[in-house]
This record gives sequence, structure tokens and C-alpha cells, in this order.
Amino acid sequence: MTLTTAPSTASRPGGGARPSSRRRRRRYPRALLATSTLVTLIALIPLIFVAVYTVGVGWDEALRLLVRPRIGELLWNTTRLALACMALSAVIGTGAAWLVERSDLPGRRIWNVLLVVPLAIPAFVNSFGWVSVTAAVEGYGGALLIVTMSYFPLVYLPVSAALRGLDPALEETANALGNGRWRTFTRVVLPQLRPAMLGGALLVGLHLLAEFGALQMLRFPTFTTAIYDQYRSTFNGPAANMLAGVLVLCCLLLLLGELRLRGQARYARLGAGSPRPAARARLGIVTVPVLLALAALITLALGVPLGSLAHWLITGSSTAFPVDTLLTTTATSVGLAAAAALVTSLLALPVAWLCVRHPGRASTLLERGTYFGNALPGIVVALALVTISIRYTETLYQTVPLLVIGYAILFLPRAMVSLRAAIAQVPPVLDDVAHALGATRTGTLWRVTLPLIARGLGAGAALVFLAAVTELTATLLLSPTGTETLATEFWANSSNIEYGAAAPYAALMVLISAPATYLLTREARNSR
Amino acid sequence: MAVAAGLVAVALSAAACGDAGSGSGSGSDKPTLTLYNAQHDFVEDMAKDFTAKTGIKVEVRSGDDFELANQIVQEGSASPADVFVTENSPAMSLVDSKGGFARVDDTTLAQIPDSFEPSNKNWVGFAARSTVLAYNSTALKPADLPASLLDLAQPKWKGKIGFAPAGADFQAIVSAVVATSGEAAAEQWLKGLNTNGKKYQGNTAVMKAVNAGEIQAGVIYHYYWYKDRAESGANSKNVELRYFGNADPGAFVSISGAGVVKASKHQEEAQQLVAYLTGKDGQKILADSGAMEYAIADGATNNPALKPIADLDPPAVDPAKLNGPRVVELMQRAGLL
Repeated sequence: MTLTTAPSTASRPGGGARPSSRRRRRRYPRALLATSTLVTLIALIPLIFVAVYTVGVGWDEALRLLVRPRIGELLWNTTRLALACMALSAVIGTGAAWLVERSDLPGRRIWNVLLVVPLAIPAFVNSFGWVSVTAAVEGYGGALLIVTMSYFPLVYLPVSAALRGLDPALEETANALGNGRWRTFTRVVLPQLRPAMLGGALLVGLHLLAEFGALQMLRFPTFTTAIYDQYRSTFNGPAANMLAGVLVLCCLLLLLGELRLRGQARYARLGAGSPRPAARARLGIVTVPVLLALAALITLALGVPLGSLAHWLITGSSTAFPVDTLLTTTATSVGLAAAAALVTSLLALPVAWLCVRHPGRASTLLERGTYFGNALPGIVVALALVTISIRYTETLYQTVPLLVIGYAILFLPRAMVSLRAAIAQVPPVLDDVAHALGATRTGTLWRVTLPLIARGLGAGAALVFLAAVTELTATLLLSPTGTETLATEFWANSSNIEYGAAAPYAALMVLISAPATYLLTREARNSR
Repeated sequence: MAVAAGLVAVALSAAACGDAGSGSGSGSDKPTLTLYNAQHDFVEDMAKDFTAKTGIKVEVRSGDDFELANQIVQEGSASPADVFVTENSPAMSLVDSKGGFARVDDTTLAQIPDSFEPSNKNWVGFAARSTVLAYNSTALKPADLPASLLDLAQPKWKGKIGFAPAGADFQAIVSAVVATSGEAAAEQWLKGLNTNGKKYQGNTAVMKAVNAGEIQAGVIYHYYWYKDRAESGANSKNVELRYFGNADPGAFVSISGAGVVKASKHQEEAQQLVAYLTGKDGQKILADSGAMEYAIADGATNNPALKPIADLDPPAVDPAKLNGPRVVELMQRAGLL
């Protein structure tokens, strides 16, 4: 789920905070370089595995598995869903952001919160909310509706942050030059929003390619659901792995797009002083229709899933509230997610440190390497780890550590983004001052550096926690025998159409996600 | 920082607890068995009763037939599994074909009729289920129903039928069609089904769709309907069952198998568990569980609501000949997977 949005909008500190000393460049501390290389290699395991496996399968077999009608159907389904959802999310996210940031819409503060809350509802819970009420949402139309309602905040957040950062002077100039409001919006504002909008949309695309639970429930087959079906029929056979290869290719295309966007120049404001707040557009007579439209949006995105969840909690015939099981699965979920947050943050630390404090070709390469997790669906990572651990590291097979490694590979980018920004904001000179004042290396780390980056570290950890607590596919494949999480129990019950029994697990996931989502939203705002 | 440290402590202790609770039995000298269970929940009830009677703890890893079967094959000599039970026999054959099973004890085999055992006796049946056509009784009258499962590939059923192709249940039914009609005919049939049918996640979803009138009929196993009728009927009140009989492929009776994994380090206890599953106590729990699957041991009594197993008139199929991987390949070719 959620906000890897930060990279595209936040985290680029101005020139002032950049590491000051040129002389540090190129001389990488060896231990740091070695640790970072190791971390990046771990992050690349699944990608290397898929590549090696595909080569190993051979042309003929690969062709037999890839050139068949089913693949065409999956490709068509995946593409049309991803493109339409990206476009819809861009329109809805940008429109809503403009209304909240730049119009005199009544109740802006409340709308601002409501438009982000869908991120606290995992897409598969959203899907459950709909499909348990009506079968009409099965298939393309319903799938598009539901995933869009789940993911449009990924565009809303960066675009609203970007809108807040725009200097209205440009718009005023455009106005003064005789451009009308609409013309100014399309020719001045929109181009400036483009990086945030496209960045958000690409994230939506990546999330979609990895989405399993929501689409499986809606009976809308895409690559990810097909891989799972193959897994059910053949464990880790070649068909599953070949499909994974195609999916990874699609994801890499999107990731490449995102990286390019991120590298592009920003429309930063130059000059002294601070911009004054933009004048808000008056909605006038369209206020009521606009309010109705937003209310409809929130009803679809929040009202239906939460309402249906409440309905099943209260009336579900299979609801028995097995308190013991609920408590143990919650503890397992929280424990695993916390372990994942800790391990992932620890793994991200050396790489983030290296790339901020010792910029150079090697460190950039290592940093980029960790971002592939963004493009790897849980099922691909899990398949790779299952196969590798069975063949080479039996002691890790079906253990908590392997599951946590899986989480770490998947969610490393989330920790990296926050950490990198946080480290960049700590001037290296503070370390020097501490040293000069007689502090030891560890002393400096504990008393100066860590407190300064604690916020970023915490935000990154929260992001990972949030993602891990609702993770389904990797958990299904990798968890030790007897380990049940909220997500897997929810899945088991809802697959059996025992909606009432599934509801408590879904509700707990939403409850646990809510605080982390809130923190992150605040973080995403502040970091602008 | 303190908060973070506290969180970590909680995390680690929670993870540790989870481990200790599920880890191999400490304290007692009896080993803990690992059961790979592709069957429904009632097997866990059986395992609990087994533990109560013998003091041998059982850990259950759940999954689907072929998922777990392939997993055992991949795990090879390192497999943590001691006993494997499936919903359908093709997954048992798969493990057996790779030499994954130890021979079942003769006393255990003696508890089950020969017709529910493979010829090489490397695993044993412990439950059975019958293929049925579940149809919406307002949309279809008995006279409209097809005489054979194979008829569902005819154009007149286009858009009206459903099934769950990714599940091992349906794949077992397909394997019976392959065994009775041959591969070429089966492939034609599958292509017809792919054109005609809607694909669902599982048999419950198929039955629910029939009940709601989304489709007129669906291929499932009998017990989904009986179970729902026995509970509330919410998903089956508009649904009736058609038993094909006449040795039609659609009357296929699928055997749920149990076997001792060769790699198991607790052979004796594993044999004990399989003996229990096929024995009087285990079969009684199965018959009384409300699962509505057939108990098959000699002398077992099934729920009177069920059509007697002797009246099913299934096609003669040797369970050892049902080839799961080949069926999956055929289904891939037909576009069903």
C-alpha cells in the first residue's frame, strides 16, 4: 500500500544542505561500501533469480509458456487496468488537490483528511467491502472502480504538496499577460504539477501490477493473480516463474519512467523571501455540485468498504469473534511488521548514508539497486526466495528470518526515501564539531547523528510497518508452518466466502494501519 | 528512541513467542509431526483428537493439493513434512511418482477398501467426494440438464456455466475426463469449456454464483451443497444437484489421500497418524464433522442426508493413473490456466 510518494516530491534538499566537502568524494569508507554492496545484492536477489531462471528454462519451453492465448488475455487485462486506473487517479487526485489547495471549498481541512484516509484501507479489504455486498463489481469495471478508489490518494498527496509549494507569482504574471483562469491553469500550473502528477500515477501503476488480493476477489485475472494460480497448481514451476519474468519487465518499464521523472529538473522558486499564499478561486454556484461530487467520491472510497465491514461485523452469520485467534494473529502481524521495520531500516541505513555523504557513481548505483523492490510484486520475491532457500539454504526455509528478508527486499525503497532525506538534512560539519569537542565515533553517532535522523528513520520504519502489516502474497508463501497473520487469516476466510468471519481481521488491519497512515501523511506534508 | 527500542523488544518477543508456540515440542520426548494439509478444516479436528489420544502433537501447514505436492517434491530429503493429506488423488500420485512416499503399513491398508487405494499401496484414501452439477432450479428444469459432463462444451451452454479451474478439485475432474475419454477428446472439451464458462476462485464461489443466477449451472463436488444446506442454505437455496451416474466422467468420485512422507524423521509416529486418519476414531470425526465428505473405511457410517456412496455409479478409474501435471499442461493449452 501507500506512500512511496515522498521521493518524487520531497527529499530534495536545496543546495545548502548538500555535503560540503568535495574531497570526501570517491574515497568510500571500505566497511560502509562493503555493507552497502551486500544490502543492494540482497535487494537484487529476486531480479537476478528471475533472469537466471528464464535463461535456464530455454527458448522452446519459454516460448511454449509465453506465446499462448492466456498470456495475451493477461497482458490485455493488466495493461487496460493499469492505464485506465493511472489516468483516472491522475484526474481525480489532481482535481481534488486543486479544490482543497486552491479553491474556497467549504470544509477544506476535513476534505484534506478524508481524501487521504483511503490509504489506511488495504485494497483487498476495499475489494472485500464491495464484493461481499454485490457481485456486480466483478470484472473490469468493478476492478477499475475499486483500485482507483484505493490508489488515487497516491496522486492526491504529491500534487497537493506541489500545489502548496508553487509560487503564485507565476500565475499572477500569466494573468497579467492576459491569460484567463483556465488558460493559466493549463499552461502555467499544470506543467509545474507534471512531475508530481506523473510520479504519483506511475506509483499507482506499480502498486497495480503488484496487486493480488483485490483483483483475485473480483475475478479479474492479471499477471499477479495468474502467477498465484500457477503457484497453486504447480508450486514454483516454470510457468509461474515465466509469468513472473513478464511481470517484472512491465514493472521495470514503469520504474524506469519514475526514475527518469525523478531526475528531471524541478520547477523551484528562485529568489529571496517566501511566496505569499495563492488567492483561492471562488467556486460560486458550482460549490454545491462540487461538494456533492466529493461526497460521492468519499462514499465510494470510504463509505462502502467501511459500511460493509461494519455490516459484516454486526450481522455476519459466520462472525464468531474467536478472541484467542484474533489476539494471536494480531500479535504475529504486529511482531512481524515491527521486525520488518527494524531490519529494513537497519539495512537502509548504510546505503542511505553512503549515497548522501559520499556521492559518486558507485554509491548512486548501489542506491538505485535498492529501488527495485518497488517494481517487484510480493509473489515474485516470495517465489524466488522459496526456490533459493529450498535449494541452497535449507536452514532458512520456512522461517521467520526468511520472511523478514522478503519484507525487507519489498519495502527497502520506503525506508530509503525517508532516510536519505533525513541524512541529507544533517550537515556533516556537526559530526566534525562533535569530534573536535572530544566525542568518540560511537558517541557522536548516538548523541548527535541518530537523534538528528530519528524522525526520518521513524517515518521510514512506519512506512515499512504499514506495508508489512497488510502484506499478503509473500506472507502466504514464506511464513513458517503455523504462522497466521491478520492478512492470511482474512484471506483464508474471505476465499471461503465466510465474510462475517473475515471481517474482524479486516477491521483490525484498518485499525492498525490508521495511526501509521496519519503519521505518514503529516510527514509527507511537512517535507514539502 | 525509547519508543523505538520498546517497539523492537515487543516485536522480537512476539516473533519469539510465535515461534515457541509453534516450534517443535519441547519438554516431552514425543516428536511433533508436521502435517501438510490440502484438505479442509476437519482434518485439523482429526489431528487434535489424534494428539489427545496419543500425546503426539501435530502442526498443520495448509495449502492446495499441487502446491503442497510440488513443495514436498522440491523439498526432497529436507522436507519438514511427515504426513501429507490431499483433497484429490492426483497430487498423491505426483509425490508418489517422485518416490516421495514410504509404503503405508498393512494394518492401515486393511482398514480401507481396495478401490480407494492405488495399486502400489504407497498412499491410502481416507475420504471421498463425488462430482456433481449444481444448477439453479428456477433457471433450469431437470429435463434441461445435460446427460453427460462432456455436453457442457456444447455451444448452447455458452455463458451459462461456471467452474474453478485453478483449484485441484476441478483439475481432478479433468483428469478423470482424460482417463476415460482420452487426451484429444479432453482437450477439445476443455476448449469448449473455456469458451462457455466463467472462472471462479473456488467451488463455494461457483455455487454462490449459481444460487444468485449469475450462471445456470456449475461443476462442483457434492459436499459444498450439503454443507451449506445443513448450515443456513444461504448460498444454496436456489440450487439443486445433478448426479450424472452411468459411469459418466461427470460421476467421478475423487479420493482424498493420506501418505507418509519418505523424508520424515518420525516414520513410526507418521504411520500412526495415517492409521488414525483411516481408522474408526478418525473416520467417525470425519463423518460427524459436518464436512459432508464421505468417510470410506469399512464399516463407517455417513450422514443419512448424503446419497449412499454405493449408488453413485462412478466411472472406473485407477487413482494411480490420474496425471496431475499433464492435466495442468492441457488446461494451460486450452487457456484455462
